[in-house]
Amino acid sequence: MAVAQYATKAILESAQQSNPADIEFRNVGRIFKSRNGTVEVLRDFNLTVRKGEFLAIVGPSGSGKSTVLNLLAGLDIPSTGAVSCHSKAVTGVNSEIGYLTQHDSLLPWLTVEQNIAVPLEIRNVAKPERSRRVREMIANVGLSGFEQYHPSRLSGGMRKRAMLARTLIYDPPTLLMDEPFGPLDAQLKLVLQAELLRLWNATGKTVVFVTHDIVEAITLADRVIVLSQRPSRIKLDEKISIPRPREVHDVRFAPGFEDHYRRLWGAIEFDSAGQRQ
Amino acid sequence: MTIRETLQRESSVSGKHSFDFVWLYRALFLLILLGVWQAASGPLLDPFWFSSPSAIGATLAKWTWTGVLQHHLFVTFKETITGFVFGATFGVLLAFAVGSSDILRRTIDPFITAIYGVPKVALAPLFIMWFGIGLAPKIVLAGVSVFFLVFFSTLSGIAQVDQRMVHALRTMGADRLTVQRRVVFPAALPWVFTGLKLGLPYGFVGAVAAEMMASNAGIGFLTQNAAGQLDTAGVFAALFALMIVTALLNEGLGAHERWLFRWR
Repeated sequence: MAVAQYATKAILESAQQSNPADIEFRNVGRIFKSRNGTVEVLRDFNLTVRKGEFLAIVGPSGSGKSTVLNLLAGLDIPSTGAVSCHSKAVTGVNSEIGYLTQHDSLLPWLTVEQNIAVPLEIRNVAKPERSRRVREMIANVGLSGFEQYHPSRLSGGMRKRAMLARTLIYDPPTLLMDEPFGPLDAQLKLVLQAELLRLWNATGKTVVFVTHDIVEAITLADRVIVLSQRPSRIKLDEKISIPRPREVHDVRFAPGFEDHYRRLWGAIEFDSAGQRQ
Repeated sequence: MTIRETLQRESSVSGKHSFDFVWLYRALFLLILLGVWQAASGPLLDPFWFSSPSAIGATLAKWTWTGVLQHHLFVTFKETITGFVFGATFGVLLAFAVGSSDILRRTIDPFITAIYGVPKVALAPLFIMWFGIGLAPKIVLAGVSVFFLVFFSTLSGIAQVDQRMVHALRTMGADRLTVQRRVVFPAALPWVFTGLKLGLPYGFVGAVAAEMMASNAGIGFLTQNAAGQLDTAGVFAALFALMIVTALLNEGLGAHERWLFRWR
């Protein structure tokens, strides 16, 4: 069994290595100018993410994790260097990605059902197919029975599910997730992580997942990168050796977890107050 | 009623219950006010200058009986609503046109603010010169008054739209028009309503002011005419009629607003 798993993993890895680069940052720098001076968030930032890879980014707060995602989404432009996605340079808003942001961006005047249908409306999907896909997706993320609710009546976890559904429904080949489960309680976090892994397994999308939770990063990702303090570069690039499929509540007991955890923890820098972030 | 008040009213736990009591208190308040006035008229206040609720009531009854009130109210109502519809439509449309571009908005803003600072009533003589003494100058003055309030309110609503929602839709592949329709318009709608509710009484002010300067019909004419005959009760009666109509229309607008924003 173990041998078979190892063999599968080796095959998978070699297959992944031959996969083309899905996302590429080349010598990217980003400087924010404001009245109070300039802030250099990224300098000579280089990163390649292969197709189908699950990458997690951790780092101290203010280390440009969200900037990396915004650059990929085309909501921000690099000061120097170039970002490409699916072998095309990102120059404007990148609609080939699904971006699950940290903050709530559901439209409060639409019901859950209508919110999830928005991306399909934008793509002019015919109404019968639209409602069928919306119904499937709502069941997929466990929101059945809440179709007609407005976001103001949902709990934080349900809103996250609705946002996840809205992101997945148009099947973007690449997913960007910015601390999507950050403010949720531990139990709910595990449930949603498990669902995310299941959906990722089924679809094989490329995922870039920003988190401040090292355990979450190891649990989910193929590879975890640690960003340094500003101006950020990659301080550690750690391949996660824990085999898949993974059980979210079991990963922390898997052999190798502790080593990964120690190395990642050690790489995250102290801030000026002497606290890890 | 502002949006905040509407929100508070709807979110209060005992909403329906306290709502009913408020109406009772309001009726009591009105009765006390009128009672004090009635009692003071004569012993304390000279009825010639201050009239009394009973005299005003009698005048209102007489006018209603003879149809005078309905005629003049209808004229003012027609002027105001026509002006309101035109002013509000142009206000909303122009606000969305200007609000769609940040540079355009910042270019035009100081000019609109400067014009906004002019008391609209001061424009009445100009409009009377241009459009004569018929309905037209009243409609224009009502329309201009409504326009500015709706335009400003809508524009500030557009400026406050949550950019994160805009970004979310852009990354889903929405074009500018879809973003306008799906995010900017519904997000600005509460501000449109604030503008409409502020604008409605100002529309009446515009129409009545123009009537007072040159006309032969409308509530403005009625007050002016009564004042010319030193008929204090007549002046008050005309004003009361106007107050009642404005209050009813605003309540109607508020009910519509609550229905429209039931998602909150």
